[in-house]
Amino acid sequence: MSTPHRAPGHGRVDRATTLSFTFDGTAYTGHPGDTLASALLAHGVHHVADSIKHGRPRGFLAAGAEEPNALVQIEVPFPEPMLTATTVELYDGLVARGLSGQGRLSTEPDTARYDTMHAHCDVLVVGAGPAGLAAALTAARSGARVIVVDELPEPGGSLLGAQELLDGAPATAWVDAVVAELGGLADVRILTRTTAFGHYDDGLVLALEKRTDHLGAAAPAHVSRQRIWRIRSRQVVYATGAYERPVAFDNNDRPGIMLAGSARTYLNRFGVLPGQRAVLFTTNDSAYPAALELADAGVEIAAVLDAREEVPEHWRTACAERGIGVRAGHVVTGTSGIERVTRAHVAAFRDGRLGERQGVDCDLLLVSGGWNPAVALFSQARGTLRYDAGIGAFVPDRAPDGVRTAGSAAGTFTLSGCLADGADAARQALSAIGGTGGTITLPTPSPLPDGAPTRVLWRVPSPQDAEDGSVQFVDLQRDATVADVLRATGAGLRSVEHVKRYTTIGTAHDQGRTSGVMTSGIVAEALGVDVADLGTMRLRPPALPVAFAALAGRNRGELFDPVRVTALHPWHVEQGALFEDVGQWKRPWYYPRPGETMEEAVLRECRAARTGVAMMDGSTLGKINVQGPDAGVLLDRLYTNLMSTLKVGRVRYGVMCGVDGMAIDDGTVIRVAEQEFLLTTTTGNAAKIFEWMEEWLQTEWPELRVHLTSVTEHWVTIPLVGPRSRDVLALVAPELDVDNDSFPFMSWKDTTVAGVEARVCRISFSGELAYEVNVPAWYGITVWKALVAAGDAFGLTTYGTETMHVLRAEKAYPIIGQDTDGTVTPQDLGMSWVVSKKKPDFVGKRSFTRVENQREDRKQLVGLLPVDEHVLLPEGAQIISTSEIPAPPVPMLGHVTSSYRSDALRRTFALALVRSGTRRIGETLYVPLDGRTVPVTVTEPVLFDKEGARRDG
Amino acid sequence: MQLITCPWCGDREEIEFHYGGQAHVAYPENPYALDDEQWAQYVFFRDNPKGPFAERWVHSAGCRRWFNALRDTVTHEFLAVYEIGAKRPTPENTASAASTAQSQEARR
Repeated sequence: MSTPHRAPGHGRVDRATTLSFTFDGTAYTGHPGDTLASALLAHGVHHVADSIKHGRPRGFLAAGAEEPNALVQIEVPFPEPMLTATTVELYDGLVARGLSGQGRLSTEPDTARYDTMHAHCDVLVVGAGPAGLAAALTAARSGARVIVVDELPEPGGSLLGAQELLDGAPATAWVDAVVAELGGLADVRILTRTTAFGHYDDGLVLALEKRTDHLGAAAPAHVSRQRIWRIRSRQVVYATGAYERPVAFDNNDRPGIMLAGSARTYLNRFGVLPGQRAVLFTTNDSAYPAALELADAGVEIAAVLDAREEVPEHWRTACAERGIGVRAGHVVTGTSGIERVTRAHVAAFRDGRLGERQGVDCDLLLVSGGWNPAVALFSQARGTLRYDAGIGAFVPDRAPDGVRTAGSAAGTFTLSGCLADGADAARQALSAIGGTGGTITLPTPSPLPDGAPTRVLWRVPSPQDAEDGSVQFVDLQRDATVADVLRATGAGLRSVEHVKRYTTIGTAHDQGRTSGVMTSGIVAEALGVDVADLGTMRLRPPALPVAFAALAGRNRGELFDPVRVTALHPWHVEQGALFEDVGQWKRPWYYPRPGETMEEAVLRECRAARTGVAMMDGSTLGKINVQGPDAGVLLDRLYTNLMSTLKVGRVRYGVMCGVDGMAIDDGTVIRVAEQEFLLTTTTGNAAKIFEWMEEWLQTEWPELRVHLTSVTEHWVTIPLVGPRSRDVLALVAPELDVDNDSFPFMSWKDTTVAGVEARVCRISFSGELAYEVNVPAWYGITVWKALVAAGDAFGLTTYGTETMHVLRAEKAYPIIGQDTDGTVTPQDLGMSWVVSKKKPDFVGKRSFTRVENQREDRKQLVGLLPVDEHVLLPEGAQIISTSEIPAPPVPMLGHVTSSYRSDALRRTFALALVRSGTRRIGETLYVPLDGRTVPVTVTEPVLFDKEGARRDG
Repeated sequence: MQLITCPWCGDREEIEFHYGGQAHVAYPENPYALDDEQWAQYVFFRDNPKGPFAERWVHSAGCRRWFNALRDTVTHEFLAVYEIGAKRPTPENTASAASTAQSQEARR
């Protein structure tokens, strides 16, 4: 296939190699070094897609990240929506199609790897154009640690798209020399294909590196496709360049209308001629090289229209030498053409009035309205901007500490100025961090005669009757026009931020790079205010779209959140247990037998615990070792009951409250030795309670000689439960005297279980005779299996968290966080017995006597028995006092906190927090359920073995 | 991602820390000498100034030590960090605290 639009002798693409690709179903070819955009333009393809709102044909306005049109969907090798064709590097086998604004997410999983890198440096340079490279070399020569990031595949920036000479040689020779020197320094890292997209606190810059996107299907699977660089820098130099700004005129959106500098880039970087007969419309000097270079490469320049009255003589001369006519004081007022621009309508524009119109035929209309410094990252860093009326752009004003701009990002638009500015910014950065040295000899560009100032022109008046600007496009991606902006100001909006939200200008993928400042200009004109006072839209991270996959990096799938499993986990899996997530823990939920439903399994497990013997994995209980001479004092201050009087060998249940008197956790405390306690916390509260205790110890009572150690994972904890638990324990712990007198309830003993040193506590969270066997985690599985074997003769059943919940609820043992919600005191739970009357003070005590906590109508924990014993109340269900649901607002008395089916009670039951609950015992209340109400009887919370005879036996 | 200077570990990213509210709010000497309102002042009420604010922080994903910090609530800038029990820095020695942090950084 011929590519008639390639310019011989131009461009950096590798023409010896041909790549095949498909766009909108048509096969094309290109070369390594091309973007999808340049390869399409090489085939004369300008029309990429139709616009989202008005369905107007759109092409390429730009050559880089500022492109507002040219969105494409990649189909092969992997579906990816909404990439700009101007930044997609061409690869063999690429299949893409143009998008009208919206893409389609892939329905197949992305198998590519994504990664995160952390880096630190003294000086981060963003942008590897002339200013960035001068800055990087200056900083690097001082010995500073330097990182340079640049979005292009190779360093050079604007120098790659221009024909300037440095020291009489092509500028790329200087680029190569600088890159070679930087590459030889150990403390310098150059990241290409890497875009900084966010500036955060304390010099943290996030950048996206595209590592294998340009390789397509040939990308090696072991290399991450993209990675996020988290760069912590002491000093940042933003040498991010500038974006050319268009001018609004009628029908300024047709394919073939392109920014002048971008056309120059297509010629010089890609060797592509984006048209055969061009018209240039400019307001400034910067566009002339585009016209001259394109003319030299064979493009016919039909006319140069300069909005200024004064055109520098050397540009006139250079144009005249090539037979190009320059019309000063002229503008483009509109265009013709459907799929491609065919004619520019031109007219003189003096004193705000348009002269007679003429048509100039062309297939390429180049536009330059001046340049906007790329200040997105500087702005994110809380650098302030100032309007420069001379160039019609917002430039950096006050820089925050550690942040600098250089080159055209700082509003310096000459090559010599950019180079000097870069070196200067680096020297300032070095000086701020005490660096020395760092001098470079700047190369000298070809001398340029003096230029003339830019004419700031946002918009050419519409010559049509429709002067409303309805075909003058501001944000091409959002299809927002001058008319839309004027509608916003007409509606009374006075801030560009409001106009932005009203019109959606600047909210597309390109963040308004070509439309934001233009919008400020048009709004200012409409309101008759100074642009400087109006300001511009605030720029926020990310500065370019970043895939969530890249942000997630490796933190996906099983690495998204750590999964904690106990030492016995493999056994549970083997036995077919189903698991419940409790915090990060996987806990066995129940162990279904073949064909069993959950309900059947749980009833069976409960029955075993109440009538035979059952055991569970309780290893996830939080365990905190408390050591030191003042250990007892600390526990006395944090628990509601007295712990210091606990004798070695004994166990006590305890509740902790916040200073507000609300229960925050409960558990058991054993006294291991005179100066050592071991306490347990709820599984989900382990970290919180550990931090809570540390907080008091460190901030309020630093004089206490106590050390806290989390030992949760050190122990495997096995509750052995049921009337036959003593028999099973006796078999595996031959040295242990298990009779009730020698080993009573709420005591513990160190012994040997299945040959392993163990600590056995006689505590019960089920109300049954029960033991808790604790062994070092390494031996957990041995002991567990020994218990399973010894229990076989007694029908030992393993049970999970669901059965545990049922058993404890039958005994009204609350689960903090399920039966409580941070507004419940121990008294509300019916546990006044756990609150010490003797201790002068403990955390929470003073609050118990607050009037609010003394109210009769507090919510209290009660039992609920549905009158229909088959009805299982949903947890969270509300409780009301009438059998009919009254008109809203319905007075609520409380809610169901726990609800189960009980094997022991042969019926359903629930726990609930009910207003004045204790006084309501015996009353019938109602629970609205599926449009009706269910009557329930309020009972004492403890529903099974009230005397505790089973537990103590 | 802000850097916070832990007095023991040095500069670490803010996600390693937990906030502990206003500093220098001591547990009352005798809670039972306070009426409900005075007690409620201790339990529920904290200052919310615009500007420098003495706060407690804990390096929870690091050394797990609590410390105090003087932070500007407008700029989020940490003006000083100091140990629990130490006096709240005055504006004069805030500057010296900042320079201490700098010299610590220089040593690293």
